Amino acid sequence: MPVRIQTEDFDIAREIAALRGSDARIGAIAAFVGLVRDINDAATVNTLTLEHYPGMTEKALDDIVDQARARWSVHDVLVIHRVGELKPTEQIVLVIVAGAHRGEAFAACEFVMDYLKTRAPFWKKEQTQDGERWVEARASDEKKAARW
Amino acid sequence: MITLVYLARLREALGAPAEKIELPVEVGTVAALLAWLRQRGGPWAAELAPGRAVRVAVNYDMAQADTPLKAGDEVALFPPVTGG
Repeated sequence: MPVRIQTEDFDIAREIAALRGSDARIGAIAAFVGLVRDINDAATVNTLTLEHYPGMTEKALDDIVDQARARWSVHDVLVIHRVGELKPTEQIVLVIVAGAHRGEAFAACEFVMDYLKTRAPFWKKEQTQDGERWVEARASDEKKAARW
Repeated sequence: MITLVYLARLREALGAPAEKIELPVEVGTVAALLAWLRQRGGPWAAELAPGRAVRVAVNYDMAQADTPLKAGDEVALFPPVTGG
């Protein structure tokens, strides 16, 4: 399964080991982990709640992974995204790309994250000292995705 | 019938996670559906006003203003995504 939506945490070392297996064609693995920060837009974040649109989320992420594989010659891609309540320092998202060479692995990993942030149906709500608020989408994320 | 799904901030503002509606004959596209929903007034008119950032997916695929609608579709309305 290249795409997983889950409430549980993930172990990056275990996921990399499972992805690479004993495949000797793999010469490069690029990985990205997104984390919950304790400060966002000048407010202290106590809890972050992530919701998604079941059904569409998996389809959107599968499509992003397919596009990455079509654009770069990479052997394997894994995306794990957590949902539910998360605290600062917790892991939110993991993308791992395994390929023959680092250039393609780096590029494909960044592409998957840029597209995930602008196309996959997840929403964040922050519980701060001043109450709850939905996180607003950033124009800078759209710009990053438009580079590809 | 079509199923309307409201997500994240829109679900809270509109006060419901989903509803089933009979698709009026004059509502053939996403743009027409938004215009029809706006006529309900109140939060519908405010949240779906032209210029507000509302994204629409039809049967789990991102849709455009001219995307056609038909009976049995699942149409989701939501704000711009903020995952990752």
